[in-house]
Amino acid sequence: MLRTILKRVLQAIPVLFVVITVTFILTRLIPGDPALTMLGPQATAQAVDALRERLGLNLPLWQQFIDYILGVFQGDFGWSTSYNTDVMPLILSRLPATLSITLTALVIAVIIGIPIGVESALKQNTWFDYVFMVLALVGVSMPIFWLGLMLVLTFSVNLGLLPSMGMGSMANGIGDVISHMVLPVFCLATIPTSTIARISRSSMLDTIGSDYIKSLRSRGIRETAVIWKHAFKNALPPIVTVLGMQLASAFTGAILTESIFSWPGIGTLIVNAVNSRDYSLIQGTVLFTAVVFVVVNLIVDIVYTLINPRVSYEGGGQD
Amino acid sequence: MAENHEHLLEVRDLKTYFHTSAGVSRAVDGVSFTLDRGKTLGIVGESGSGKSVTASSVIRLLPKTGKIEQGSITFDGRDMTTISDKELLAIRGSDIAMIYQDPMTSLDPVFKVGNQMVELILSHEKMSKAEARKLAVEMLRRVGIPEPERRMDSYPYELSGGMCQRVIIAMSMCCHPKIIIADEPTTALDVTVQSQVLDLLKELQDTFGTSILLITHNLGIVWKMADDVMVMYAGRTVEHASTEELYANPLHPYTWGLLDSMPKLSDNADEDLKTIPGVPPDLRLTGACCNFCNRCPYATEICEREVPETREVAPGHFVACHLQDGKGSLKRGEVRR
Repeated sequence: MLRTILKRVLQAIPVLFVVITVTFILTRLIPGDPALTMLGPQATAQAVDALRERLGLNLPLWQQFIDYILGVFQGDFGWSTSYNTDVMPLILSRLPATLSITLTALVIAVIIGIPIGVESALKQNTWFDYVFMVLALVGVSMPIFWLGLMLVLTFSVNLGLLPSMGMGSMANGIGDVISHMVLPVFCLATIPTSTIARISRSSMLDTIGSDYIKSLRSRGIRETAVIWKHAFKNALPPIVTVLGMQLASAFTGAILTESIFSWPGIGTLIVNAVNSRDYSLIQGTVLFTAVVFVVVNLIVDIVYTLINPRVSYEGGGQD
Repeated sequence: MAENHEHLLEVRDLKTYFHTSAGVSRAVDGVSFTLDRGKTLGIVGESGSGKSVTASSVIRLLPKTGKIEQGSITFDGRDMTTISDKELLAIRGSDIAMIYQDPMTSLDPVFKVGNQMVELILSHEKMSKAEARKLAVEMLRRVGIPEPERRMDSYPYELSGGMCQRVIIAMSMCCHPKIIIADEPTTALDVTVQSQVLDLLKELQDTFGTSILLITHNLGIVWKMADDVMVMYAGRTVEHASTEELYANPLHPYTWGLLDSMPKLSDNADEDLKTIPGVPPDLRLTGACCNFCNRCPYATEICEREVPETREVAPGHFVACHLQDGKGSLKRGEVRR
């Protein structure tokens, strides 16, 4: 297992290198100038030039790139020009806000999506199946920004039930924080819940039709054990894959949701970084997201080996 | 005991239909048989003849579309068609055990063999986990699995097909069943392993006095294993007799066809294997004539008009054929038209 993890970590290095390179090039391609953005339109040419000099933007691109890479190796992800602080501590300080809504959304997606998917498979071609699968289809097809705006319009503007902006404060009690979380979490959970419900259904349909399920029933095993112990464990691998992908993309999906609800997480940080041409911060957040993807994928692979004994990454399978 | 004079399993006029969007398929259409303690009944027929559905009906393990429409299934004095689901769960795997065709797919691939056996035992017997484990190891040893303790921790994919079938047989014997329903138990195994598995079944039957309902398309296996044979075709019984009687004096044209299509060692290697021409009828359209009439070389006009009744033409020998009275009214090989 340790060897597997080490191997996967080594494999991640070229992936991350490509991510760094591409982000570096792309940020330089965006029109606009960080120094100009920082100083505003009234700034004198000398002031802008002085700032460019200070930020190292006058150096040739290849040298900026090498400086950046060397910095990353030393744990220095650069200086955020728009927040005037080090990039990595800034990102880490925003992490709890993002995690609080993404993890809540995914837990909800699992708690709601899996039972609905499994139940739909068991009740295939009944009204239950039809209703929930149509809902799930609507769920995966819904654009997040549209859903978010509609939620704000309905629950905040028209009904006045829930706040539409910000995170609330623990000083006002836990209820304030929770009420601020409801709409963003709803928004973030929609796609994962629908996707998980759909994949749970199709994966369960595959397994409940198999011979060993019939055999288990012929042995007088209780139906709940047949479904939730045997069929479900066999149906898990695709569900875990999708869950991993949803977890990883929840971090990026949070960009839209956080922007709509002004949620002070990593998503708004990325948007602000792009708006203010904050090169280091853009690179830092994108790199951070890439690392999240790599780590989540590694976790998914490890979980695979726990679910299915036939999947082994140690190499040299038995026969 | 008076109970011992009764049949252990008695199926009367069983009709199991499948209700699909394309119509009602009469998979089993009026089948009757009995099975006594310690005996083996072979059910023979080609694919789609209803033999597996008959077996599944006995433990009421049918797909959602399948329904027992009519008939009674009496097992050990209880009517299987009316007992509660709870009683049914208690019988399945305990009093009636099932062995399926493909051993490699009959075990849950993601659980260890031992855990699956223990799960089965604990769902039927009141004992501790350790006792159940001990019993499982003992049963694995009985069916001839080397190093049974170690095999308890194997996953099904680590075992060969023959090994898997032994595990399944061991499992089926754990709760001392009164009947084992073996649905093509050797079809998926290679030939050398086939006879080992059959010998094992026979040995366990002799030791425990278990009855076997053996479903197969292989008449050779029936000859080796069964006391009685029932030949099924398109959902109905066409011939039913003791094994010796059936082989010595087969009476139904379909049985003749089956026997002719068995390869024999004495056959000239250059000769093609005989087949029964044509295909079985659509099970949604049966019930108006003799189901075999479109493939029967002896068929006459009455065969296309009426469903033949099952008649006892000799003691214990039942045939469903208009033309056959068992006294030579229809002779094998004498094609009339």
